[in-house]
Amino acid sequence: MYRSHVMVCGGTGCTSSNSDKIAAAFDAEITATGLQDEVKVIRTGCFGLCALGPIVVIYPEGSFYSMVKEEDVKEIVDEHLLKGRPVTRLLYDETVAADNTVKSLDDTAFYKKQKRVALHNCGVINPENIEEYIAFDGYQALGKVLTEMTPEQVIQTVLDSGLRGRGGAGFPTGLKWRFAAGNQADQKYVCCNADEGDPGAFMDRSILEGDPHVVIEAMAIAAYAIGATQGYVYIRAEYPIAVHRLQIAIEQAREYGLLGKDIFGTGFCFDLDIKLGAGAFVCGEETALMTSIEGKRGEPRPRPPFPAVKGLFGKPTILNNVETYANVPRIILNGAEWFRSMGTEKSPGTKVFALGGKIKNTGLVEIPMGTTLRTIVEEIGGGIPGGKKFKAAQTGGPSGGCIPASLIDTPIDYDNLLAIGSMMGSGGLIVMDEDTCMVDIAKFFLEFTVDESCGKCTPCRVGTKRLLELLNKITDGNGTMEDLDKITELAEFIKANSLCGLGQTAPNPVLSTLRYFRDEYVEHIVNKRCPAGVCKALLNYKIDPVKCKGCTACARACPAGAISGTVRQPHVIDTAKCIKCGACMEKCRFGAISKG
Amino acid sequence: MRRFSSVPFRGTKEQERELTEWLEQHKDMPGVAMPALQKAQEIYGYLPIEVQRIVADTLGKPLAEIYGISTFYAQFSLCPKGAYKISVCLGTACYVKGSGKIYEKLSQKLGIGGGECTPDGKFSLDACRCIGACGLAPVMTVNDDVYGRLTGDELDDILAKY
Repeated sequence: MYRSHVMVCGGTGCTSSNSDKIAAAFDAEITATGLQDEVKVIRTGCFGLCALGPIVVIYPEGSFYSMVKEEDVKEIVDEHLLKGRPVTRLLYDETVAADNTVKSLDDTAFYKKQKRVALHNCGVINPENIEEYIAFDGYQALGKVLTEMTPEQVIQTVLDSGLRGRGGAGFPTGLKWRFAAGNQADQKYVCCNADEGDPGAFMDRSILEGDPHVVIEAMAIAAYAIGATQGYVYIRAEYPIAVHRLQIAIEQAREYGLLGKDIFGTGFCFDLDIKLGAGAFVCGEETALMTSIEGKRGEPRPRPPFPAVKGLFGKPTILNNVETYANVPRIILNGAEWFRSMGTEKSPGTKVFALGGKIKNTGLVEIPMGTTLRTIVEEIGGGIPGGKKFKAAQTGGPSGGCIPASLIDTPIDYDNLLAIGSMMGSGGLIVMDEDTCMVDIAKFFLEFTVDESCGKCTPCRVGTKRLLELLNKITDGNGTMEDLDKITELAEFIKANSLCGLGQTAPNPVLSTLRYFRDEYVEHIVNKRCPAGVCKALLNYKIDPVKCKGCTACARACPAGAISGTVRQPHVIDTAKCIKCGACMEKCRFGAISKG
Repeated sequence: MRRFSSVPFRGTKEQERELTEWLEQHKDMPGVAMPALQKAQEIYGYLPIEVQRIVADTLGKPLAEIYGISTFYAQFSLCPKGAYKISVCLGTACYVKGSGKIYEKLSQKLGIGGGECTPDGKFSLDACRCIGACGLAPVMTVNDDVYGRLTGDELDDILAKY
């Protein structure tokens, strides 16, 4: 028995800021002070509040240390672990009340409105130890399913829970399973989509890093439900920590007889392999993903036949996303009614979002469906830094759209997001402030899809490229009002005629910004001005002669030799020579240089 | 991005032996081509046409198929990488926090474009999509070292470390 546990976040975010070294320092310091039999150091999955990383939580008190540095470790061990005095200086400021008492994490704005279902083990257990997962009811759902339920009952429970695919499209998971169960074949497959390609989204990775066994357990349950014996997890090679932990988890599950032959002595057999993706966004589409597992170019194919009929290697296959799976064991244990008690009627349960961009509390949040964007941004997210104004939130990545400030009170669920021209997507939620140019953002996503279009069908391959050219024309200052009509027409055509989800949703970022921020497009076209000051070709740098002290710093910084003037006299920028790199503005200490 | 490298192929016999041994062992695995190319890239660092030919011949597949796969996935590189691989995250969260400018600055400083390698073979530059450290945006990596909350002023110091 240990009297204290030191949980060090081992998610990618905190690992990137050296949490490995911090954990090692704790181990060394604890051994040095002779506490090794009383205090245990555990590397966990993500706590969610990545903006404050590296994070260390000490139990039983639940003290939440943020932005811990290696040199702080000794102080924490000496003060907190030896003398029992939390180091208030390093605690997350929201957990410290005015009278210096420590509040529970659940009372902080970031955690208060969250509801952790898919993430419930993340930051709680050691993901590399199957016994910790089992201690938190792990593999109980699989046991229950194999010994007490028929496959049909499993499917019915998942169907009754109303669980919808968390990968983006929101198709009812139970229905998918039922289709695959109904098809007879000598071999069926269960696949997991962990090819999280949406830039700025990291929910699936965090689940795999923090709680890999939940995915294994859920896939085994799915396999039992549809009658499959083999599973594949298709995961991005760019996620080394997640791959490593999943590998460990699979080996441990095999060792414990939870994967392999005759699981729980019921005669049920199921095994699981990892397939590494190689960086192709289109492989998030189900048919493309399966083609890629088959070792080919990951191009999608027309549906029908649907994967439930003819999927991987031509056999009936189901494919669900990591977060979808993470909900399944809890649904089996707690029942469909419990799941339906959260969220909205048509979108029960919770959703994990990766909150990023211009927001204070960057990180991973899990909220009940139906929570408004305002709650996410202003309360959980802590608002926008630097006193700037909220302009829009982008959901659904390159397939989604921008939600403007006027719709900030929209309750977030599948259907509402679709209705306002965005989509749930896998859960990236990027907040933008007034410094973000919406035309530029539309261009950013379109450049992404042009890059990632697999080239198989013409509407997507050629259409997105032409669409991007039209946007470039506008940001270069050569756009006309007719271009806006052309953009709309072309975008609708691409949506209607592309083969797979990538092309069918690629124009969404353009259409939604055009719908809500049309004046910004018009400003670029008519007045040749970028209101956010982003689009280079439309920018002009100017020196305010009153503020300029003639210190010559800007002239020395200018790589193009565009700034002239004598010492102590106001300087001038030659706009013909200026390459608009902004170097002068960064160097000016008097705020004399402006762009617009 | 350039599909062919002007750098002559310098593969060794040992590398070839390691690859062909792996290929012989895994020949019958379903969907072997992709793991094979991943293994080949791990051994050689990139996938020049010579290496693709070894994979194709040993697996008994047409070179066109192997070339098709090599050029489809972003992870596979047909050009050699630098001793220090620099990746700048151009995921959305980093982009709205200015990683595009960081990428441009690095490109100027190193005198190379994306996917290219400096002539001395020291640095190569790539854009990558979300490494998941969005809390540290904007982020770049040099091999396994992560640098976050970049402003652009620290780039010289970072490059000087290598």
